[in-house]
Amino acid sequence: MSDHAIDHEHHGPAKGLMRWVLTTNHKDIGSMYMWFSFAMFLLGGSMAMVIRAELFQPGLQIVKPEFFNQMTTMHGLIMVFGAVMPAFVGLANWMIPMMIGAPDMALPRMNNWSFWILPFAFTLLISTLFMEGGGPNFGWTFYAPLSTDYAPPSTTFFVLSIHMMGVSSIMGAINVIATILNLRAPGMTLMKMPLFVWTWLITAYLLIAVMPVLAGAVTMVLMDIHFGTSFFNAGGGGDPVLFQHVFWFFGHPEVYIMILPAFGIISAIIPTFSRKPLFGYTSMVYAVASIAFLSFIVWAHHMFTVGIPLVGEVFFMYATMLIAVPTGVKVFNWVATMFKGSLTFETPMLFSIAFVVLFTIGGFSGLMLSIAPADFQYHDTYFVVAHFHYVLVPGAIFAIFAGVYYWLPKWTGHMYDTALSKVHFWMSFIGMNLTFFPMHFVGLAGMPRRIPDYNLQFADFNMVASIGGFMFGATQLLFLFIVIKCVKGGPKAEASPWEGAHGLEWVVPSPAPYHTFTTPPEVK
Amino acid sequence: MRLQARKYLTLIIGLLASPALWAEWAVNMPKGVTDLSHSIYNLHMTIFWITVVIGIVVFGVMFWSVIFHRKSRGAKASEFHESTLVEIIWTTIPFVILIGMAIPATKTLIEVYDADNADIDIKITGHQWKWQYEYLGEDVSFFSNLSTPREQFTNQRPKNPNYLLEVDEPMVVPIGKKIRFLVTGADVIHSWWVPELAVKKDAIPGFINESWAKINQPGVYRGQCAELCGKNHGFMPIVVDARPMDEYLAWLDEKREEVEKVRELTQKDWTMDELMERGEQVYNKVCSACHQVNGQGLPPMFPALKGAPVAVKRDQIGRHIEILLYGIKGSAMQSFKEQLNEVDMAAVITYERNAWGNNTGEVITPKDILDYKNNDAYTGQYTQAEEGEQ
Ligand code: HEC
Ligand SMILES: [Cu+2]
Repeated sequence: MSDHAIDHEHHGPAKGLMRWVLTTNHKDIGSMYMWFSFAMFLLGGSMAMVIRAELFQPGLQIVKPEFFNQMTTMHGLIMVFGAVMPAFVGLANWMIPMMIGAPDMALPRMNNWSFWILPFAFTLLISTLFMEGGGPNFGWTFYAPLSTDYAPPSTTFFVLSIHMMGVSSIMGAINVIATILNLRAPGMTLMKMPLFVWTWLITAYLLIAVMPVLAGAVTMVLMDIHFGTSFFNAGGGGDPVLFQHVFWFFGHPEVYIMILPAFGIISAIIPTFSRKPLFGYTSMVYAVASIAFLSFIVWAHHMFTVGIPLVGEVFFMYATMLIAVPTGVKVFNWVATMFKGSLTFETPMLFSIAFVVLFTIGGFSGLMLSIAPADFQYHDTYFVVAHFHYVLVPGAIFAIFAGVYYWLPKWTGHMYDTALSKVHFWMSFIGMNLTFFPMHFVGLAGMPRRIPDYNLQFADFNMVASIGGFMFGATQLLFLFIVIKCVKGGPKAEASPWEGAHGLEWVVPSPAPYHTFTTPPEVK
Repeated sequence: MRLQARKYLTLIIGLLASPALWAEWAVNMPKGVTDLSHSIYNLHMTIFWITVVIGIVVFGVMFWSVIFHRKSRGAKASEFHESTLVEIIWTTIPFVILIGMAIPATKTLIEVYDADNADIDIKITGHQWKWQYEYLGEDVSFFSNLSTPREQFTNQRPKNPNYLLEVDEPMVVPIGKKIRFLVTGADVIHSWWVPELAVKKDAIPGFINESWAKINQPGVYRGQCAELCGKNHGFMPIVVDARPMDEYLAWLDEKREEVEKVRELTQKDWTMDELMERGEQVYNKVCSACHQVNGQGLPPMFPALKGAPVAVKRDQIGRHIEILLYGIKGSAMQSFKEQLNEVDMAAVITYERNAWGNNTGEVITPKDILDYKNNDAYTGQYTQAEEGEQ
């Protein structure tokens, strides 16, 4: 055995499976998070395919309504907790230490643990589909009493798996904060940090603030089911609306948890391919902080129709509208960065431009939704489905694609197949718009969300949406192919493969060695 | 090839421009038939156009840069990256626009919340999976069920235009009167939504929510439950039938007469044949979806009633009534106490106990059901049908 030799060589990675089980290396853990997230993305995506197949035509043809509800629920849970969040944690693991000149995450052992909880949490969650009575069928928002008195027996396992995901997220967040606050290289002041680091710092605080609230919500659900409490049971003196307050107090910051790191990625990529510094760095930081703050005082805009008093309604409407201001600032800054730049359109830039345009469209429908009286018409329709898919798919997910295409050469040391990656972009772009744009129309025309069958007037647009959905879904297999091909080989990537890129991650060689910045760099 | 392509292109553009096509592909919120729904529609359109204008400006600048500031055109990057003035301007302008939106929105909201001084009060209760309408002070109350035949959603028969948006008994209301809806839920949360009235209110167990509408035009307006409420969430539509006042009053009289008739019927002495005939109707309408017309159910999901001990054993008559009145908790067998009056309940039980070879010969009368409701027990005075009456 040559273990001895390796030991000498500044311990490189161990061999075999145990490398991945025991690793405390931020790059290994980052990669595992990314692969896990992609697996969940495909799984959650295949559930979306079931949904789109059932909705391809009016009538009940492929699945029963019971199973349809399980699909919408699981699709939401898996995409939020299994695909988007772990992808950002993976990017944080890979990039934050390299961006701030740290040798690793501050708490490497905990890092390992917070990843390895996830496969177990999701195995548990997915196993509920095979239990008697089926899996969770009450929507990813699991409103009581549908999720308590009227829930399938498997709900207990659902509660446990949510607890596990929460523990994992909180540990991940603590790690990010500890790393950013303690391990910055000399000279890397807070206001010199790349925006990705800033957005993640703020996101981590959001996570620590709200994951315990989610844990509280599921615990109350558990108690109502098994221990005779009546938190959400009006018959026992409880309050079903309390559930919604608690859930959305978690849920609204949660949607920013899924978008703030995306802002960070886009703020790294647009300056690179515009060959021009980010416009308004300071205002970007403040904008993110204000969005994070506002996210705590807008939760009831998800509940305009539950009958909150007029003053409450007005307060939440105004607070929600206010979010448009810092979000607008961000969009304006990105556009101003591109203005008078020297633009090129490599794949990360294509995804970023699509991000800005389509996320803004999602923001526009968000602004419309914030108007309480109009929301009475939009609420719980496909208009809402269109809105949140516009901010999550070309928002969060396109930003993740952009980030992967941006940093993949750094991770693998190879350049990926640029032509194929552009095909991936255009197919995703067209597929995504075909899927979700028509949903605005059917929603406005009166189609509620979460229904397995619909009136004939919605048929044409639903068929278009399904075709777009299949196209978007199939295209993601191409992405898998591109990444595997790039991991296996390809043209050698330089330390800094992008002409306009700045930042510490580009001074280390590609592929990034197993250990980077064991002696901190000097930041001027 | 080229010519072909051009032909298709003109065809597509022609189609897109044809209003007839867009009329079929409903693309926008309905204007609705109340003053409030008009205000809401106007709010919606105003904000939509504001976002369109902002979009044109922002995307305009962006695509300007994409086209003219590309490196391949030899664009040199400038170095500017900060301007406090610009930041202040583009923080302030959106703020001002928002205030402009907030004012009309608040006005409309205040109107929506003003449910006082209503002419008519209707209590709406969401059940899994049907709606119940009670006209307060009018002694009129009924359930409204989806009436689309099963064969249409299993694709065995063509779907009609009101597919999934039709009910057996619509809510009938007068035009020109302020109608207050008192919305609540019986089991889980539902949401009562009729787009043309711009009313969407959650039906929450333990709470009564208020909303209102004053309808300007007679017509039939359709909506659906908007809050996920379980398996048949997509199958509990709402139909509001708005009529002139006099027609509404006539309808109300008719309904009251029906109630009166039921009251009389409850007191009347029923024969086996009468009960069997009525029972068969009730059974086929309400129970057969699960237990099947032939009483054989769909085991293991829906048990057979043919030969079932509860439906044939004499000592289980009490249990049989109890099941129908209160349902079987934790199963799809719900309580029918609200939905079936004493006559229908007695009829359907008698029918179950004498149909499909369940020849018990026992007659359960409406009075028995009343007794059960009062004493919480079957007092055992079932009437054996007389010889020859069968
Ligand atoms: C939504 C489906 C559904 C409908 C509609 C329905 N039932 Fe049932 N019914 C069930 C199910 C499921 C059970 C078995 C419940 C259990 O035991 O867990 C059941 C059980 C029963 C039983 C007890 C059977 C036994 O062997 O214990 C009777 C009696 C009965 N139903 C009568 C009726 C009548 C009469 C109607 C119409 C007024 C009706 N049901 C409508 C689903 C339905
Ligand atoms: Cu419902």
